[in-house]
Amino acid sequence: MEKSRRSFLKLVGISTLGLGASPVLDVFAASGGHDGKPKAGVSKRLNALTAKRWGMVIDTRKFESKEDLEPIIDACNKIHNIPKLENKRHEVMWIWEDEYKHVFTHREHEFIDERIKHLPFLVLCNHCENPACVRVCPTKATFKREDGIVLMDFHRCIGCRFCMAACPYGSRSFNFRDPRPFIKEENKEFPTRMKGVVEKCNFCAERLAVGKMPACVEASNGAIAFGDLEDPESEVRELLRSNYTIRRKPDLGAGPSVYYIV
Amino acid sequence: MLELAFKGSKKYWVWIVSLCSVIGFAFICYLWQLGFGLGITGMSRDVSWGFYIAQLTFFVGVAAGGVMVVLPYYLHDYKAFGRITVLGEFLAIPAVIMCLLFVIVDLGQPMRLLNVILYPTPNSVLFWDMIVLNVYLLLNIVVGWNVLEAERNNVKYPGWVKFLAYTSIVWAPAIHTVTAFLYCGLPGRGFWMTAILAPRFLASAFAAGPSLLILLALFIRNVTKFDPGKEQIQSLAKIVAYALILNVFFFLCEVFVVFYSQIPSHMSHLQYLFAGLHGHNAYVPWMWSAMAFMTIGIILLVIPTARKNESVLAVACIFVFAGTWIDKGLGMISGGFVPNPLHHINEYIPTIPELVITLGIYAIGALILTVLYKIAIGVKEESSGAKDTCESC
Repeated sequence: MEKSRRSFLKLVGISTLGLGASPVLDVFAASGGHDGKPKAGVSKRLNALTAKRWGMVIDTRKFESKEDLEPIIDACNKIHNIPKLENKRHEVMWIWEDEYKHVFTHREHEFIDERIKHLPFLVLCNHCENPACVRVCPTKATFKREDGIVLMDFHRCIGCRFCMAACPYGSRSFNFRDPRPFIKEENKEFPTRMKGVVEKCNFCAERLAVGKMPACVEASNGAIAFGDLEDPESEVRELLRSNYTIRRKPDLGAGPSVYYIV
Repeated sequence: MLELAFKGSKKYWVWIVSLCSVIGFAFICYLWQLGFGLGITGMSRDVSWGFYIAQLTFFVGVAAGGVMVVLPYYLHDYKAFGRITVLGEFLAIPAVIMCLLFVIVDLGQPMRLLNVILYPTPNSVLFWDMIVLNVYLLLNIVVGWNVLEAERNNVKYPGWVKFLAYTSIVWAPAIHTVTAFLYCGLPGRGFWMTAILAPRFLASAFAAGPSLLILLALFIRNVTKFDPGKEQIQSLAKIVAYALILNVFFFLCEVFVVFYSQIPSHMSHLQYLFAGLHGHNAYVPWMWSAMAFMTIGIILLVIPTARKNESVLAVACIFVFAGTWIDKGLGMISGGFVPNPLHHINEYIPTIPELVITLGIYAIGALILTVLYKIAIGVKEESSGAKDTCESC
């Protein structure tokens, strides 16, 4: 991270020399140069956090019970205007918790240690390298960005739910009814959705764009790391180097970008 | 020719009016769904496709099944089918229209339907499904209509029609193959992830479509002056018999692979459907009925004396149609979603409004079929009045 920041600053320096102090450059030079410590590099556009491929490492050793996960899940629900629907069939979930045997369906065995057996695991969209949901979408309403984030265009989605059938992780939700009456406090900075469209975790793309880390990462007290998988110096790569990590259903070849330290 | 649909008996008009009232009632339910959202159905986060998509799958099969009268006539010069090819084509038309309607009622945002064309996405199988279904619809309308019109005018149909008929023969298996590809290429859905799915779909289609045709042919013989023909019905019955045997054989191949390999993610769906899983067993009686119906169907159709008795044949065809319908129109889609990718079990039970909307689309299909068959039979009756029935075949 330090390295990429440095290389950016170098770039800004060169550009400033070459082009002179145009107003546009002033803006990003100011944000990059004086704005304190950006976490994972700074792009030309304001102070957005950027990466070649975003990834997440969840250190499950730092969690003990459901109570530890609640603030994380709540943070996401609040920021993203996720409705609380009583009817289980209509549930909308971006990040939630489940047991080991459900999260790692192929790794369960009857003699697994008690801690793992009862530990709640966080589940969210894996932002796959080779996402099946993107492959099947008939309108490109769901798409993979260059930085690896799989996003939804709520205005283009026709609600065919092909992506839900394709996702091997059950990470997508459909608005079976108007979600707006079921949002406790609306966050005006993030759009609410309408009935009939699919939605899911967006790795907080809207927060990364303004230089903030994802809400769950921020609320996790350091238990969730987020960074550039392509950058050998990044925190996530450091964690992956020094810990044994697992991913959900790697045999399917989707290439999930969420790693778990168990 | 359309005027032929406007001259009918009182019974004909009662039938038309009752279909229209079912359609009207279902449309009100659809407006409710449009207002509330798909929440009025039994679908859920886990079972995200239900009755609508299952009916789409089944009726793509019925539509493709129509080719079983077209193919022998055009490719093998099997003259007997000449007089009923139009029945196959005119069955395919309402079947495809029903399929398209089932897709539309299943959409969360149907007003955005055109996004599929505005942002064409060739890597999505749904995009191809849209293309093959619409082209197949068009082919059957053009071929069916032109051949019938030529027959009415006592002339041979133009050469280009024959070319389109050949195209439709290739196209029929294509529509059902593409429909199978909607499901069988999805990672993490063990129930569908099998290369036998498309062949199985086709086999069940070539049993379901022609069995419905036989029932329609027997009905036509009873209520009109047009006789589709004993030989024709018997030939269709043989097609149904062997397609059905293949369907059951393909299914048993799947059962062997799944249960001999003992891979849980493939086994659990069949276990759920046929034995129930962790106390969830709503589909068990249905699935076993389907198997029983298809077995009875095979026995009745393979034994010559049974098949040649047209009353027994009619019963056999009802069994075949019902069996394949449960297999595909009920178990095939929701079975793939239960258990879900996290191995949770949430069953899917369709709701009343969902069933009413489905019934409405059935009624639309029946209405179009009635009108088209009325026209076709009107023409047949005219020409059989002009010359001896057997000569025209």
